[in-house]
This record gives sequence, structure tokens and C-alpha cells, in this order.
Amino acid sequence: MSPTTSLITLAHGSGARATHELVTSLFLRHFNNPILATLEDGACLPTACENSAAELIVATDGHVVSPLFFPGGDIGTLAINGTLNDVAMAGGRCRYLTASFILEEGFPVSQLEKIVISMAETARAAGVQIIAGDTKVVERGKCDGVFISTTGIGQGKALMLEGLSHLQPGDHILLSGDIGRHGATILSHRQGLKFESDLTSDCADLGPLIAQLTGIQGLRCLRDATRGGVSAVLNEWAQASGHVLQIDEARIPVSPNVAALCDLLGLDPLYLACEGRCLLICTAESAESVLTALQAHPLGVQACRVGVVVESDVPRVELLTIFGGRRLLDWSYGDPLPRIC
Amino acid sequence: MDTPLTSPGTDTKPDSLPDFRDPSRAKLLYRQIHEAVRPGQRYRFMEFCGGHTHTLFRHGLTDPLPSAIELLHGPGCPVCVLPMARMDMAIRLAKRPEVILCTYGDMLRVPGSQRQNLLQLKAEGARIEVLYSPHDCLALAKAHPECQIVFFAVGFETTAPTTALLVTEAERQGLRNLTVFCNHVLTPPAIRGILAPTDDSPAPQLEGLIGPGHVSVITGMTPYHALSTEFQINIEVCGFEPLDLLQGILTLVQRTNAGSVEAHNQYTRAVTASGNLKAQALLRQVFVVRDAFEWRGLGFMPHSALALAPGYARFDAEHRFALQEAPAQDNRACACPSVLRGQTRPEACPLWDNPCTPDNPIGACMVSSEGACAAHYRYRRHQRIPTSA
Ligand code: SF4
Repeated sequence: MSPTTSLITLAHGSGARATHELVTSLFLRHFNNPILATLEDGACLPTACENSAAELIVATDGHVVSPLFFPGGDIGTLAINGTLNDVAMAGGRCRYLTASFILEEGFPVSQLEKIVISMAETARAAGVQIIAGDTKVVERGKCDGVFISTTGIGQGKALMLEGLSHLQPGDHILLSGDIGRHGATILSHRQGLKFESDLTSDCADLGPLIAQLTGIQGLRCLRDATRGGVSAVLNEWAQASGHVLQIDEARIPVSPNVAALCDLLGLDPLYLACEGRCLLICTAESAESVLTALQAHPLGVQACRVGVVVESDVPRVELLTIFGGRRLLDWSYGDPLPRIC
Repeated sequence: MDTPLTSPGTDTKPDSLPDFRDPSRAKLLYRQIHEAVRPGQRYRFMEFCGGHTHTLFRHGLTDPLPSAIELLHGPGCPVCVLPMARMDMAIRLAKRPEVILCTYGDMLRVPGSQRQNLLQLKAEGARIEVLYSPHDCLALAKAHPECQIVFFAVGFETTAPTTALLVTEAERQGLRNLTVFCNHVLTPPAIRGILAPTDDSPAPQLEGLIGPGHVSVITGMTPYHALSTEFQINIEVCGFEPLDLLQGILTLVQRTNAGSVEAHNQYTRAVTASGNLKAQALLRQVFVVRDAFEWRGLGFMPHSALALAPGYARFDAEHRFALQEAPAQDNRACACPSVLRGQTRPEACPLWDNPCTPDNPIGACMVSSEGACAAHYRYRRHQRIPTSA
């Protein structure tokens, strides 16, 4: 962390560079071990019984969202799908979940039940059981309604992910669908930002989409774009691999209503959170079969190639704009906020 | 103009936006610009507005332009020009236990003296609310009668009318716990400040000025005609879409070639000759023009800012909390003053990128995404541009 940081600020939770710095300079420094050091959302554990081909995959995720209910989902669907996706991104299939609730004094039980029903339905649809849990209640004002943490346990390795160290210039960067829907939905429904829109969150379990890729060779890396949006994933990959990732703006799918909201507020969809989209990098040779496999699933019909890995000296993410310009696609700095004028 | 984007005063629907981002029309404009540029002629244009700077960088618009065209970034970013002394006053306000300070998100990272900012203060427990609309202050004031709600108002003529509406609404509702800390500044005096020579800097060498779009919706074209005549410079008031800017640049190139001087309106779908008269009347009702106001980097400029009119003094936070402005010293190495005048490229500042970054801004030009230093950092840091202005 920068020497001036003595207190946690909201920037540390934005999924942007400040989050990355907090994780590496504090958590990783003290917890350091080879599994954590991969900094992947899902950890692959060496399996206990040696002749088992399947690795154990564990992922954990805390969920705080305001508003708790939004078009396309609620904190419950988010808490289940977020963790399912972290396991799926590590190449595994989630089997079991644990859930821990922090509840605010005075929170209506009817709303809690609504959330719990969403969780149960989402888990059932994914064929996952919620097998352990915990509940704490804090005084009014000490949390915002409900916070939910979930941990997912699954088995791999259905997918053969070679890892970032295998990235090569010429590799293709693919995106599974249109971006920014979750972030745009939450922003437009936040208190104080009331305008009409028919935006819905893209919150979804990506497991079945990823299962389509089973058996395909040449997959380098896979990540769902959540907080910090597509730009956060690409920047982390560029930094960790030492390559330049070059993205073609014209190829990035953005729905018209997300684009309109971004125009209105001066935001960039590349920084908005998604909850049902993933990025992946694969060899040029495998790109066609990966795309075909993704497009065969309803969650991947818009899947497309958005960029390539190129050779260069300084690792970075570059955007080729639709006007023929070339610029950095940097980390975001803090939460996306509407600008003044 | 050869390729008007729309007929005057029509078509401001958002669904017409893609028209202003049509790459094939952009290509045509680039070709026209390339054809118009004359060998040996310099085309130094300043975009006054931070919004324009941001559009240029975000869309990579400068890359395909002929090298004879040089775009210099002006001071038109309300966050960037707020002087540290005023930021300190906001910080002092936020520290008062009874105050809930309401402001726009951009203001949270602006450094005050001793590198304090509102984001840190919020983490320490100060009550700071980020608003999307100043009108949300009204609900807060009603929900917290035991608190003093202070709206930290910042911005040009664009945002001043909404602040004025907040004040008149607070009066109508008889709210006694709502005040405004007014830092609204005026664009035409600032343009004059930039174009005129000062004691320590000569008048800038410019072939044209890209005038503000949103501000001019309120002010109309009148102030620019006067400025254009006074300083013998072409002024092109432009919209904020990529094609608006390219079209404006083409016009400025053509005018430069012709040797003619005038103020011209490219943004006809939003800006009229006389501007928004209702908003102007509201501003005159609620505000008075200050004798002088400090702009970060530009110093004190006469008649360049607004304060609440005496009739609204009870809604004036400076009045209610007896706020005094204490002189504050910017970091001496920060080149903001000459960056804001377009005299220094951000990369030429000794602090740019080390230690001054958007995560750790030393000067205000690094805070807002519309500030020149932040735009260069976020969009161009891999290709350091030659350091002379
Ligand atoms: S880089 Fe930072 S310190 Fe230098 S002029 Fe810009 S804002 Fe000021």
C-alpha cells in the first residue's frame, strides 16, 4: 500500500488497483503460500488421495450490495452465483456451498426469507447443496441489512488451463457476452439515481457455459469479470504475464441501454461490474472451437474475439478505439462515479 | 460547414448519440482535416474544457490528426481549478460534528493542505455523502433535522443553476438546516485570464480556442463574440461527442487558413445565441458575482465566481459557519499552474507519475478524469509525449 494509506477507504473495495495492492501488500504478505500466491479466485488444492485425478477447488466470496433486490437478481442469487463462478473459473464444478450471514438488527424476516429462497433456488438449479452455515446479528447501523459470505467446494479439473505463464503473442482474447449490465443496473437503481431504464443484471451461474469447453486444448486462462469490470481482469492478466493485451473497442458488445446510461453519466462500460460474463485467452488455433462451444450455450451466444496478445516491452492493456486511435485501458481508480459536468 | 451533424436546435435524444460516434463519418472528417492543413502553418488550438480533453483522450482522437495540429489543454475542469484554500474550508466543514457534507464523487480525492482529503476524512468517521443530484440534500435535511446539511457546490455555469434551484427550494420548504458552500466559477472571465498576458507569463500563442459546450448552453454565444474580438482569436464552441470535436477542429483549421476571426457555434443542437435565459435569470436572482476568486494555478481573477446573494445569506455556509479563507500553499514542484495554461505538458512536471498518480494525486490536475495530468497518465503513459508545450 502507498505510504500515505493508514485507513481503509472505499477505494480499497473497488476491485481496482487499490484492492490489488491491499491484497498483495497485506494479505499475501502475511498469509503467503504457493496456493494463495496464484491470486486466482478459486484455489486448487493438492488432492488428499493420490490416485484421484480430480483436484479439490475452494473459493470464497463476501457479498455486500445496495440495493439488496435489483432487476435480474438479489443479494442471494449474487452470493451463490458469485462463488459458483469462482469455482468454475478455476476449471472445476462446484458441489457444496457454505453460507454465513451477518444480519442487521431490525431487518425484516420476510425480506430475509426472500433472499434465502433465491439462494435455495439458485443452488438447486446448479445442483449444489448448501451444507453448513453461520448467523450473526449486529446492532442497527453496524451493517447494511444483510451481508452474505459463501464458500464453494468443487472438483476439477474438467478444464485444462495452461496458466498465464504460457501466454504467447498471437493468442486470442475472447469475451463471453455484452458487458457492464450488473454495474449499470445497480448504479441506476441506487438511491438518488432515479431514471427509467429496463436494465437487468446479468447475474448467472457460468458453470454450464464453461462446461462446454471440456476437452478443448489450448486454453490459457479464464476469469469472470466482476468488480472493476473487464478492465480489471485484463490489467491483472497483463501485469501477471508481462504481455500487452490489445483490445479492439469496436468488437466489445455493449447493450444499447448500458451504453445510454454510460453516456448519460460519463462512465465507461469497461469498468462496470458484470456478474455473468467471463474473459478467456486461448491459442489462435483453438479460438474457433472455443467460440463455437461458447456460442452453443444461451449464456454465450454473444461470445466473440475482442483482442490479441502482442509482444512489447511494458506490460499493459491497450485499446484500439473505433476512431483509429490507440490508448491505454488503465485500471479504474476507485468506484465509477458520475462526473460533475 | 460541409457536414453539419444536425439542424440547429433539434435532435438531442440519446438514441441519436451513435450518429456522433460514426467511424465512417469520422474518417471523412479526418480526410478533410488532412486536406485542409497547409504546409508550414501551425495550428495550436486550446480546448478550454476538461470534458473535451477527456473525449480526445478516451477516444484516441488525436492519433490520426496531422502533426501540424497541436491541442493544448485548458483549465476547464471545475475540480482542477478549485484552490487548496477552498478545499481546506470544505475539510474544516466536514470535521464539524453537526455537519453532513454533501458533494460530488470527484471531490473526495482532491488534496487539501497536508495531503488531507475527504475520502480519508470519511474513513475517519466524518459524515460525507456523495450525491448524484444536489436535490438529494433536501431529503437529507428533512431526515436529519438535528444535523446541518452543507452542499459543497463546485462547477461552472453548467451546475450553478441546479445549486440555485436547491437554494430556492430550501427557501420554499422553509428548511433551516441546509446551506451551500458555494464555489461556482464563471467561464468567460477565466478565458480572458488565459488569453491575456500576466506579469509572469506572456499571452499564449494560439491559433484557436475550442469553447465549452455545456457551459454555453447556459451562457449562449454572446460572451464568446466579445472575447473573440478582444483577443483576435477564433473560438469554436463544440459539443462533447467525438465527431463534434473533429468538426470543430476542421472549422478552426479552415478559419486559420482564411485568416478570419470569429466566434462560431458548432454545438447548435444545444447552444443558442442567447443561451438559457431562464437559467440566467435564476443565477442573477440567487447569486452575486464575487469581486475576485482564486483559481488553482491561475491565481485571483476578477469577477470570476459566484457567491450567494445577500438575500440568501442564511443559506450560505460561509456565512453560517463564519468560514474564513486561510492561505494554503500548493506543493511548489507541482506544475499545475502552467499545465492549466497549456504551457507545460503534464509529463514535464517533475512529479508526474512519481509520486503524483491518480491514486496519490499531489495536484488537482491529477484528480479528476478531466484533468490534463490524469488524462495523460491514464491514457498515454506508455508513450511519453515530447515535453515541450
Ligand atoms: S503531475 Fe501532479 S504535481 Fe505535476 S502538475 Fe500534474 S497534478 Fe500537479
